[in-house]
Amino acid sequence: MTTAAEVVEAGPRPNALARVWRAVKRHALTVYAILAIVYLMLPIAVVILFSFNRPAGRFNYVWQEFTLDNWVEWDAVLGIRDAVVTSLQVGVLATLVATVLGTLIALAIVRHEFRGRGVTNVLVFLPMSTPEIVLGASLLTLFLNMTTVFTLGFWTIFIAHVMFIVSYIVVTVKARLIGFDRHLEEAAMDLGANEWTTFRKVTLPLLAPAIVAAALLGFALSIDDFVITYFNAGGTQTFPVFVWGIARVSVPPQVNVVASAIFIVAIAIALANVVWQYRSARRSQGAV
Amino acid sequence: MGSFLHRHRGLAPYLLLLPGLAWLAVFFVVPLVFLGYQSLQSGVFPGFEFTWEFSNFPDALSEYREQFARSFLYAGIATVVALLLAYPLVYWIAFRSGPWRNLFLLFIVAPFFVTYLIRTLAWLNILADEGPVVGFLQSVNVLGEDEGLLFTSLAVIAGITYNFFPFMALPIYVSLEQVDPRLLEAAKDLYASPYHAFLRVTLPLSAPGIVAGTLLTFIPAAGDFINAELLGTPKQQMIGNVIQAKFLESLDYPTAASLSFVLMALILAALLVYARIVGTERLTG
Repeated sequence: MTTAAEVVEAGPRPNALARVWRAVKRHALTVYAILAIVYLMLPIAVVILFSFNRPAGRFNYVWQEFTLDNWVEWDAVLGIRDAVVTSLQVGVLATLVATVLGTLIALAIVRHEFRGRGVTNVLVFLPMSTPEIVLGASLLTLFLNMTTVFTLGFWTIFIAHVMFIVSYIVVTVKARLIGFDRHLEEAAMDLGANEWTTFRKVTLPLLAPAIVAAALLGFALSIDDFVITYFNAGGTQTFPVFVWGIARVSVPPQVNVVASAIFIVAIAIALANVVWQYRSARRSQGAV
Repeated sequence: MGSFLHRHRGLAPYLLLLPGLAWLAVFFVVPLVFLGYQSLQSGVFPGFEFTWEFSNFPDALSEYREQFARSFLYAGIATVVALLLAYPLVYWIAFRSGPWRNLFLLFIVAPFFVTYLIRTLAWLNILADEGPVVGFLQSVNVLGEDEGLLFTSLAVIAGITYNFFPFMALPIYVSLEQVDPRLLEAAKDLYASPYHAFLRVTLPLSAPGIVAGTLLTFIPAAGDFINAELLGTPKQQMIGNVIQAKFLESLDYPTAASLSFVLMALILAALLVYARIVGTERLTG
């Protein structure tokens, strides 16, 4: 295939200066991208690096000496184990409940025509566009005004987490449902499956990747949340609340250990997902 | 269950919606009503009385005008800087990074995997007076011998910018990814220079992403108090710090509640101004 571009290339050489300039411009963007990625990774590298530090004083700000002790004795700091366990418990419970509630809302919005659709969309969208501090503060006023029903602690944190995660679940599952091939469900019904069986055997398995992705996002949001939790925790400590409490006194390297561990697990899951997407993209390209 | 749903088809969506929307109604809408109720009270803890105290709002605004102004200034600067930093990066990922673009995208999301508080604390290490950044800036005489970066407005804004960067980058990436390459070819065929093709084709097509990213960055940034608390001093206090302290330390619930409402109202006002500038249909999607 001889294109016009090649003909031009074969002709008199274009201005060398312009070509250099073009190369610089082209690579400038790549160089910038690398620098930007370094910027994004820098604090993460610092967190991981300082998890191996043996700090001299109370604060873990200056590099002293390499050690593995912090990883081996990650729970040597009073309260850190309980905080991590609470974070995991809240994360799992809130994610489970929010995933069910959010998936049902997504199904209703995409699959059904009904009155009140606009209100539903607004109600789902609003928590995501309200500053966290307002979400946390307003929920706290509810709990404070109804002390006979609610006591600040594990369950109020759970309630708060479900509330702010649900919207993200709805958005994630909805995106998948919109591109969903309904013919498979129709085929199942034609073959005599009733609606419930069709849902269990066809719809749910096909939706599973989106539901899992949504749940992972929800879990990540829950584990990471500080502001809303802090307002509604009472004396209970999740891991971020624990970090806030000791940040002004001293930050032991064990905090970095836990953060690094969370990061490594999350990045491993995400990387597996990237590789899986890359492979399935190549496979589908090969099929065509 | 199947046959029940079959007989009452019209009910199905409401049954699906009921548990989730009930949760949002009770734990999102009702609390906002309580917040409103609390904001109109007067008195001292624990003896608050509901007195339709509308003066709480102007009082809150005038007493903490400085913190409000600072919140919006810091959030505004951080949003603009994040936009300028993020756009070229996601442009490169969308158009130049090849088959592994999802891997590069992961670099943008990665900061989310480190607990918010801890990635903010990491900037304490990086910007510390003994650290490499300050050392370098001192050696090139940008900073004086006894000057530092920590506990300044610059540090707080830098922290906010970093923490909300992914919120800016991801929506822009999504809109750039959807740009049809044939449009760019068409622009080239019509003798548009790369510069003009970008200005007239790519940039307008990515506008929805820019708008979404701006909102997703600005709104949480305006209510943030963590960066000001960890990287700043009382001189860098934002309105979030005040609300937090009033609610959880001085237990002045009415003031805290009215401050929250004023914050929401000001954000809404900022959004309306923004909507007038960029056009309403872009804002709603």
